[in-house]
Amino acid sequence: MHRQSDKLLEVENLHVSFTTHGGEVHAVRGVSFDIRNGETFAVVGESGCGKSVTSLAVMGLIPKPHGKIIDGSIRFKGKELTTASPRALRKIQGVNMSMIFQDPMTALNPTLTIGSQLTEGIIHQKKGSRKDAYQKAIEMLQMVGLSNADQRMKQYPYQFSGGMRQRIVIAMALICEPDLIIADEPTTALDVTIQVQILELFDYIQKKTGVAMIMITHDLGVVAKCADRVAVMYAGKIVETGSKRDIFYHAKHPYTQALLNAIVRIDLPSDTLKPIEGAPPDLFAPPEGCAFCERCPFAMEVCQRVQPPTTAAGENHAVACWFLDKRADTIRHQVEIL
Amino acid sequence: MEKKPLLKIKHLKKYFEIDRSQILKAVDNVSLSISAGETLGIVGESGCGKSTLGRTIMGLYEKTDGKIEFNGQDVDLMAASERFRLHRRMQMIFQDPYASLNPRSTVLELVAEPMDIHKTYKNSRERKEKVEQLLEEVGLNRNYLNRYPHEFSGGQRQRIGIARALALNPKFIIADEPISALDVSVQAQVVFLLKRLQKEKGLTMMFVAHDLSMVKYISDRIGVMYLGHLVELSSSHDLYEKPLHPYTQALLSAIPIPDPDIEEKRERILLEGELPSPINPPSGCVFRTRCPFVMDTCSEKVPEFTEIESGHFVACHLHR
Repeated sequence: MHRQSDKLLEVENLHVSFTTHGGEVHAVRGVSFDIRNGETFAVVGESGCGKSVTSLAVMGLIPKPHGKIIDGSIRFKGKELTTASPRALRKIQGVNMSMIFQDPMTALNPTLTIGSQLTEGIIHQKKGSRKDAYQKAIEMLQMVGLSNADQRMKQYPYQFSGGMRQRIVIAMALICEPDLIIADEPTTALDVTIQVQILELFDYIQKKTGVAMIMITHDLGVVAKCADRVAVMYAGKIVETGSKRDIFYHAKHPYTQALLNAIVRIDLPSDTLKPIEGAPPDLFAPPEGCAFCERCPFAMEVCQRVQPPTTAAGENHAVACWFLDKRADTIRHQVEIL
Repeated sequence: MEKKPLLKIKHLKKYFEIDRSQILKAVDNVSLSISAGETLGIVGESGCGKSTLGRTIMGLYEKTDGKIEFNGQDVDLMAASERFRLHRRMQMIFQDPYASLNPRSTVLELVAEPMDIHKTYKNSRERKEKVEQLLEEVGLNRNYLNRYPHEFSGGQRQRIGIARALALNPKFIIADEPISALDVSVQAQVVFLLKRLQKEKGLTMMFVAHDLSMVKYISDRIGVMYLGHLVELSSSHDLYEKPLHPYTQALLSAIPIPDPDIEEKRERILLEGELPSPINPPSGCVFRTRCPFVMDTCSEKVPEFTEIESGHFVACHLHR
């Protein structure tokens, strides 16, 4: 699926925690993944699973001082970001990466014209003169499908609808020609007919510019449409990664399977819905063993006490579940018979 | 389901006056009926008037024109005391479980409030017992009585909202986007609960949502709204199998299906542009500005809401 095999971003054993009034929340607990050039990597999970915090850590946007990367490494094109100087970071996180946020209503400054917000990046990073920046901004607006770009530059955010604002935010993310875009629930705030338009736009942009993308979402339909590879997160950890086909057709982790059963598909008879009982664990006091074992129908004794190691289940497919351990063979056999 | 309608609305209109010259037509000429025991889903994108429809039926908004009949009785002809009593039989579940519960009230106070207003218990012991029973019915622990909303997750709060709506033993419930603020796995739990309660208590329900997949699961019939108008109404099965209105077709084809093979092969009907403003809606058919099959008549005549097949209504010039 990937166009080139070299790694653009490598995240290894990332731990992020926040100090709050209620104590310390361990939001991300040892996350590792890598992004290849030009691919779309989807991160799925429910709210509070740490998917947004992971992306904020990559972008260097963890709010300080109460949030902290306490362990792990983030490498972009081989360069370590967790120890880099603020200046070097500004260059990488400002030019080579960019972010698209969920809510296009709040991502834009209501008091500035679209034009000045679009050109800000180029001028700030000294990538060109004001005139160049202006030209580039118009080019970008045309690319994301806004007509009359020249006039649009002088307008303010309130003069645009939600879908158009999200197009402007996308143009802003593209203007410094990044290698990686992180999109955090980019279509959640939009209606479905607008959502398709935006997803099609992403597809077009990736084909045209070859930019890699991390797509954070809770919508498995969006994943099926856009992703090359997928990571499923639960309670601050990645429980399963694999190609889109691995996840949708050969899911190995009980949480992934349960998630796929907990949604209604409009193309199938709807009697298959099976909710996941219970709720995710409290990350103020993360569980000792597997975080999903409380809700897992197959939980064994070991699941409660020891965190499961990540086991390979295929070429690109890895699962953090005790069931995949060799020693669970006999039990797995029993469950399959059941 | 040949039962007599529990709720019937005819040519219901709800206009909001923005200023002297501008009128926002949030609900325009909607007619439908809901039989006892059935679930009617209402879907549409934001701004289509689906929530306003629910609130107007509920009486939270004063309707501009039209008729609402509950159990054969015209709501307009009811005396004030009768209208007050109507709300024992008609309750609402709100969208945002974070905003719809008073943060300063305990669960006991919240769930008992409707009973306090309608004085449906004899003494405080009965009140407490009733609340405990309700909590159990919606899958919450009896011991939660003295807790406050902030101590609960979104799904649990929505269960409190449901217990509150059930406190007066209503016959009819309007659920206004009851799951859209919740996570996927919790959504399924709440929809499951609603379906179970409906069966147990023989409730009639109007389920308003923008998420067509969950609506499909819970509804017997579904109505599709666009810009204040009801454009299609049919059994849930028919709507997904053979949608007639171009807007319904586009809406269904826009929903991503969580199956990569199907997604790759799918041909989509892409709608151009976005929802026009309901302040100055297009003449004739309101959907014509985005419709892929637009004809000359569409801008001249408002399409009539007609029954094409038994139980399948559509408002479109393509189907007559």
